[in-house]
Amino acid sequence: MRGHLGVRFAQVIPTLLLVSIMVFCLQQLMPGDPALVLAGEERDPVVLEQIRHELRLDQPLVMQYFHWITNVLQGDLGFSWRIRQPVTELVATKLPVTLQLASMAFVIAVCIGVPMGVLSAVKKNTFWDYLANGIGLAGLSTPNFWLGIMLILLVSVNLGWLPPSGYVPLTEDWRQSLATTIMPAFVLGNAISAVLMRHTRSAMLTALQQDYVRTARAKGLSEWLVVIKHALRNALVPVVTLGALELGTLLSGAVLTEQVFSIPGFGKMIVDAVFNRDYPVVQGVVLVTATVYVMLNLLADVLYVLINPRLRGA
Amino acid sequence: MSAATAPQAANTAGAVMAAASQSPARLAVRRFLARPAAVAGLVVVLFFIIVAAFAPWIAPFDPIKTSWTMIRKAPSWAHWMGTDENGRDVLSRIVFGARASMTAGVISVTIATSVGVPIGLLAGFAGGKTDMIIGRLVDAMLASPFLILAIALAAFLGPSLQNAMIAIGITATPIFVRVSRAATIDAATNDYVEAARALGNPPWRVAVRHVLPNIIPPVMVQATLAIAGAIIAEASLSFLGLGQQPPAPSWGSMLNSAQRFLTQAPWLAVFPGAAIFLVVLSFNLVGDGLRDALDPRAK
Amino acid sequence: MTLPGKRPLLLLAALAATLAATPPPAAAQTTLRIGLADDPDALDPTLSRTYVGRIVFAGLCDKLFDIDAKLNVVPQLATGYEYADPTTLLIKLRPGVTFHDGEKFDSAAVKFTLERHQTMQGSTRRGEISAVERIETPDPLTVKLILKSPSSPLIVQFADRSGMIVSPKAAIAAGADFGKHPVCTGPFKFAERVPQDRIVLERFDGYWNAKAIALNRVVYRPIVDATVRLANLQAGAIDFGERFQPSDVPEIRNDPKLVLVQNAGLGFQSILFNHKNGTGPRTPMMTDARVRQAFALSIDRTVINQVVYGGIHTPNAHFVPPSSPFYSDEVKAPARDVARARALLAEAGVKTPYTVELMLANNPDLRQAGEVIQSMAAEAGFDVKLRSTEFVTALQASDKGDYEMFLIGWSGRADPDGNVYSFVHTGPPNLNAAGYSNAQVDSWLEEARRVSAVPERRALYTKVALQLLRDLPRMYLYTPNNIFAMSTRVKGFVPVPDGMVRLHGMSIAP
Repeated sequence: MRGHLGVRFAQVIPTLLLVSIMVFCLQQLMPGDPALVLAGEERDPVVLEQIRHELRLDQPLVMQYFHWITNVLQGDLGFSWRIRQPVTELVATKLPVTLQLASMAFVIAVCIGVPMGVLSAVKKNTFWDYLANGIGLAGLSTPNFWLGIMLILLVSVNLGWLPPSGYVPLTEDWRQSLATTIMPAFVLGNAISAVLMRHTRSAMLTALQQDYVRTARAKGLSEWLVVIKHALRNALVPVVTLGALELGTLLSGAVLTEQVFSIPGFGKMIVDAVFNRDYPVVQGVVLVTATVYVMLNLLADVLYVLINPRLRGA
Repeated sequence: MSAATAPQAANTAGAVMAAASQSPARLAVRRFLARPAAVAGLVVVLFFIIVAAFAPWIAPFDPIKTSWTMIRKAPSWAHWMGTDENGRDVLSRIVFGARASMTAGVISVTIATSVGVPIGLLAGFAGGKTDMIIGRLVDAMLASPFLILAIALAAFLGPSLQNAMIAIGITATPIFVRVSRAATIDAATNDYVEAARALGNPPWRVAVRHVLPNIIPPVMVQATLAIAGAIIAEASLSFLGLGQQPPAPSWGSMLNSAQRFLTQAPWLAVFPGAAIFLVVLSFNLVGDGLRDALDPRAK
Repeated sequence: MTLPGKRPLLLLAALAATLAATPPPAAAQTTLRIGLADDPDALDPTLSRTYVGRIVFAGLCDKLFDIDAKLNVVPQLATGYEYADPTTLLIKLRPGVTFHDGEKFDSAAVKFTLERHQTMQGSTRRGEISAVERIETPDPLTVKLILKSPSSPLIVQFADRSGMIVSPKAAIAAGADFGKHPVCTGPFKFAERVPQDRIVLERFDGYWNAKAIALNRVVYRPIVDATVRLANLQAGAIDFGERFQPSDVPEIRNDPKLVLVQNAGLGFQSILFNHKNGTGPRTPMMTDARVRQAFALSIDRTVINQVVYGGIHTPNAHFVPPSSPFYSDEVKAPARDVARARALLAEAGVKTPYTVELMLANNPDLRQAGEVIQSMAAEAGFDVKLRSTEFVTALQASDKGDYEMFLIGWSGRADPDGNVYSFVHTGPPNLNAAGYSNAQVDSWLEEARRVSAVPERRALYTKVALQLLRDLPRMYLYTPNNIFAMSTRVKGFVPVPDGMVRLHGMSIAP
């Protein structure tokens, strides 16, 4: 199994290289000259030429890629063309926003998904099981952005409880910060909670059939104690591991959610960058996201091996 | 959405396949029909297919007929879902919008399966270097944020419903490669496949005759769930203005325009979203039902 | 047992907390916080490209001249000007003005700045002052400009970025990085900039007109989304906001703590018709003015304004805004007449429904405007296909001539020349994307540059506008309004059509 992990590790680099090449090619195919965005309203042909030269847009694609990847390997993601700031700096200012959102979403997802999964496993094939399944499926079927709009409508417009959009950093005012992020975090967490619920249910069903659970039951422990202390503790590990994988989905899901709630995070930055042909930002953000995703996958693999004695022995 | 369901599908794919090879299709149908939720899902899906197909006869009004005196009127007897920012009947736009959603769902998944399954078959059957290269490509695509990839592709192809379908189809392809590759490897180790090989049948023939039928059940399950994902993806792209072109309605673009009038005309946001939710939920129910019907052990 | 998924998350959250922006210093009572619709680019008058940058310059850099609410040119750093002959412009400078770094403002500084505009790498001012041949300094308070040819629009350029004089000493020292710490003569000096977050200016005690300034500090905060900008204003996080959307207006009006200020801007929204640009096939729409006239006759500008913009903007068929002294009532589009439009189409021998394509940028309000236009034109026999693309794609298509009609606006200039010359005068397609060319119009436009009396120029621009209504390289739809909103505590704001926020006379109650 250690060999398997070694292979998985060796796959990371070519995968990320492929991601970078893919993104690079795709953006070159996109219509719309980036210089046009940057030249201002007058679009003076002389200025346009200067900009194209400055951004190396007049060089062949292979040269542009080579130049970019050399810098990336030295930890430099380049300069945003539109905002004229290093991409690494932009990432450093925007990532915390999205991470705050993602962490909150994950906590919400665990708080909803795990109890529901436990309930449906313990009460298998009863009304409660069907109800929990139904809610989970409904969560999975709701478009993120629509749920966001509906929440704004209900909570902000009708009830006036929370601000409809915008963002306040945690360090500035944590109450305001929570108030501005709780709705988008719920929207993001909602879809994840359905996935967690399903994982929990199947992990719990397996755990409940294990010998130690039977022993505990035989000892006459109360059913809930057995469920919580013995079954859940063991079921939670694979659940959280699999759940960590969903963080990658979260980064992607943040695109529309941040758009709806006007939160200046990763997702909003990348949509703006695509629409304004700010390629260094697109490349940088996709590369960072892909790295996070691949690393989480790897982490899940490692954890799986570590916690699963059968796999370790193999 | 599709990304969320992918690992599960991949996990169960092998098991589904094995079960299907033992039990005839009739048994699966019976099992499917025994699940009320799945049947209800199927009924709603069929309902929306009929609505989409017969939209001109069902819609009470012309979906693109504007009326400057009827701008943003709340739901009433004449207009059950109210009128929009150009005085058009929202119900009629929802009815016609079903066309965009259903075709986008079905066609993009058709693209994804018809590209993804042969590649997965190839990877699983050929193994070795071919498998490795395909595996890396699939990894790379899955590692890039799904929606960003779709946005970039849709922007590259130019905004239109057709191009949105292509973009979604391409981004949904890697999941089908994974599913069919796993099922192929599973099937290839079966005795009868080995026997067929030993008898000297050429590889392509073994693949088409013996392996392909066995990967159909998991692909069917995945496809149903992927349609649900594709419908949300189309709505997302249209929401960003990269899908259906005005004035033709799409549920996603209706939500986009509704956002500007949230306080003044909330019904504009409620109905298109509810329609998306209903269709996606139904496809998910059917997908779950199919999975259970084809693989009783997963229950 | 620990939860393996949790630990990295907590670490990330801690990272998030440390990386997030530091809180701004406590606001003094005479600090005005202004919400901007974009983050400005380089704060260097020579390099600046953005509209929003000019709003910050209004506090930072005084100009030779300014424009008032009626678009008259009024003195600022200059006290007056006169033409010694049509190609010699004499500008008298204000005495006793100093730069933020304590350097003396004089004719040498003006000469330095103008030559910087002309020669600096990446200068976006070059075109604006291309009429200037050379600059002479007969005495410290007089600048003499020798022009290549007479150019009456030139003086208005000096009421904008071309007229912002920078400290030669600071500019030489900073080189291309001048924009990181600009040194001008304005009422406020540069204090700090955190990109994407804020620009802070502080009161300049040595300002020549210090008695007009009541504020101590100005903080500009870019908040791109109009809804969020409004939410921040309502929550008291900013005191003043610029460029709100017409759909925000009802909410601003309903808030007792806010004041809505709006006025007609300098720009226009229009439908651009391709005439000759590009290599695509020539359609009747491109070759036959009657087809374009029929299209124009099918559109009611008031309906677009009412349906899409809640009646906020000002319908206008002229490229000059109604606030301008160069505006004329004579420039009126014929009222909507569907029957006449149909007759014109029949006369032109075009079969209906006649399919045409309207390209537009992918914004919700523009898409709706497209739908409204489509619906009205349909009644006259046009089958308008809407092609909504991202703005940058649309721009490229228009430059290449790969379009039939294009819904596109212009932010506007104080002098009418800036609203029309490069768009319709025979020339390269970077702005004249219609490929329109009419010798008569060319000569009127050139003459309007030569003469300087307002009535004469007005007559010429009126002639041009009337001719454009017949030829229709562009159909002007409306003059967009500038929409500002501010807290009731803010006093003394005077809106000028250019949409800038002039800080003179502004104050804020505690």
